[in-house]
Amino acid sequence: MISYIYDGSFEGFLTLVFEAYERKAYPETIMIKGKVQPLLFGEPVEVFTDESKSSRVWRGLIKKVSHGNARKLYRAFLSEQSGVEMLLFRLISDVFDRNNTKLDDFRQAEILELHRLDKMIGREVHRMHAFVRFRKSKDGLYFALIEPDFNVIPLIGSHFKKRYTDQPWLILDIRRNYGIHYDLKEMKEVRIIERSRGLRELYHSTPEGIEESDDGYQELWRTYFNSVNIPERKNLKLHLQHVPVRYWKYLPEKHNTSK
Amino acid sequence: MNEGTQEKLKILADAAKYDVSCASSGSKRKNKGGLGNSDGMGICHSYTEDGRCVSLLKILLTNHCIFDCAYCVSRKSNDIKRAAFTVKEVVDLTINFYRRNYIEGLFLSSGIFKNADYTMERLVRIAKELRTIHKFNGYIHLKAIPGASDELIREAGMYADRLSVNMELPSEPSLKKLAPEKNYQEIYKPMSSLRHAIIEHKEEKKKSRKAPLFAPAGQSTQMIIGATPEHDLHILSLADSLYKQQQLRRVYYSGYVPVLSDSRLPSISHPPLLRENRLYQADWLLRFYGFTVNELVDEANPDLPFDVDPKLGYALRYRHLFPVDINRAEKEMLLRIPGVGVKSVRLILQSRRFGKVTYDHLRKMGLALNRAKYFISCPGNPFSVMGEHTENRLKRMILSDTTSRLHKSSQLNLFASPALT
Repeated sequence: MISYIYDGSFEGFLTLVFEAYERKAYPETIMIKGKVQPLLFGEPVEVFTDESKSSRVWRGLIKKVSHGNARKLYRAFLSEQSGVEMLLFRLISDVFDRNNTKLDDFRQAEILELHRLDKMIGREVHRMHAFVRFRKSKDGLYFALIEPDFNVIPLIGSHFKKRYTDQPWLILDIRRNYGIHYDLKEMKEVRIIERSRGLRELYHSTPEGIEESDDGYQELWRTYFNSVNIPERKNLKLHLQHVPVRYWKYLPEKHNTSK
Repeated sequence: MNEGTQEKLKILADAAKYDVSCASSGSKRKNKGGLGNSDGMGICHSYTEDGRCVSLLKILLTNHCIFDCAYCVSRKSNDIKRAAFTVKEVVDLTINFYRRNYIEGLFLSSGIFKNADYTMERLVRIAKELRTIHKFNGYIHLKAIPGASDELIREAGMYADRLSVNMELPSEPSLKKLAPEKNYQEIYKPMSSLRHAIIEHKEEKKKSRKAPLFAPAGQSTQMIIGATPEHDLHILSLADSLYKQQQLRRVYYSGYVPVLSDSRLPSISHPPLLRENRLYQADWLLRFYGFTVNELVDEANPDLPFDVDPKLGYALRYRHLFPVDINRAEKEMLLRIPGVGVKSVRLILQSRRFGKVTYDHLRKMGLALNRAKYFISCPGNPFSVMGEHTENRLKRMILSDTTSRLHKSSQLNLFASPALT
């Protein structure tokens, strides 16, 4: 038993799986570099992300489990829940060592947990499909900021790419300092180097860079949102259940006037 | 956009809000270099403070109307502000809201101005312009105006994802009383015509993938509940026949909101939200759980119970069919257990191939055991008391388990997932 440290990426995690098997030393704990807890005994082993090792593990997995289940493992990883790496390691070693490839015996606590994480992240992906709100800049870029609970950027791009092929757009996760940019040709991951606080202000203000008509449409949207409400049926509890307060930040309809 | 548009939007969105449908699902429209797509899954982009989903830009083209239906805010004799959008205004709003990811598309309805054809022609023109000039592939829901020519109705199907003709009220005598200018025959005519066209195009599509789409998300309708005396038995039987004979995708029930006073309307202070919720629950059981109308309501009990949900009501009356063996029962029977939904049934079916599913497993899977436990048998279930209790005794036991929770929330979870078809 050994403690491992990796860089927090999925490739890094798969590299870790490779090395654990190579060393025949299964992990006792798995930690992300920069978020290391002090250990009682011994030194943790640092794993350096290696493309060839990670892809070997992934290819091995794909051969054994269905496409849907491989995707479930990846999605669960993106939930960033504490302990998720150990859960995934146990499930993956079950696949390799015991050929337990079906992953749908939900009587098993770990498979049920994988299912629960998958549902949870699915909900967040769906929320981002719904709650992303683009603003239009003067040079025609549609840009949006998000702060999702989980790391869903890798999962939401394809939806927006299919939908908005004729407009350039940018979605930034300012909690994780990266995002995706589509330039009418391809979709690329981008990193934020500057501090994110400035970005949030930029999004909410009406600076030079925002197209004038954009504020007009925000205002029209607010008007629309308020007009479709039926006061006789008011049900704030249900409203909050569907639109939790933490998502209001980037929803123009939840801000009364444009600044 | 000018202030005029702002004012019009206020009036014409407000007038459209009593149409409860906001579904944006069930269609399939690919984006071929234009704007937008529709991939079958609906998305609710926001929720109003009454907890209803906002998925589409739902507006009337105009609230001018030559009709005088007692239940409708836009009726001729109502003294309200009138407005009308231009084609360009509707197109601009739709495109620009869509580009900002505010909406899934457009739901366009209208008051009847001049005559049915004149109105329908304008609705079709907007949809056509969005599809052909602006290459818009988002979701479009159009009202089919009763009395409009068959050519126009069928042309609408070429551009819209979904069409709807509202039944308005659950029976013809009620319709006669509250909407003297309308009748069932004129409502069924466009509905039937659309049904035929949808079936024809589906056949075409089987032969050639290049065949054009025709209302791929089908038809829906809506009726007002609580403004007229029909029982739930009548309402659900009507809905059932609309699903089976007219092949509708959705029937919506709109609890009557007392916005107008008229001697022909009941004087109620609140919309009948609980009854509306029970009807939606029953509707779900008809469409996804294989129930028949008579299992939920019959001549002896023509209305759905208020104190328990329709499925629990069914199980209490049909106690002789329970307990259901979790490890052996067919899917159809698992679906009839109170507190067990479609997703839980899937988990049970997949898991039991590997071995016995126990009470503890079910608890961890998240089933609503406070209701289910009396109706199931499985290893470790300490509640196999089915045969020993009368309907009322069992009901009291279950309610004492769940009512504290129910009473705490004064309102019910309406429209839990309205973006579904």
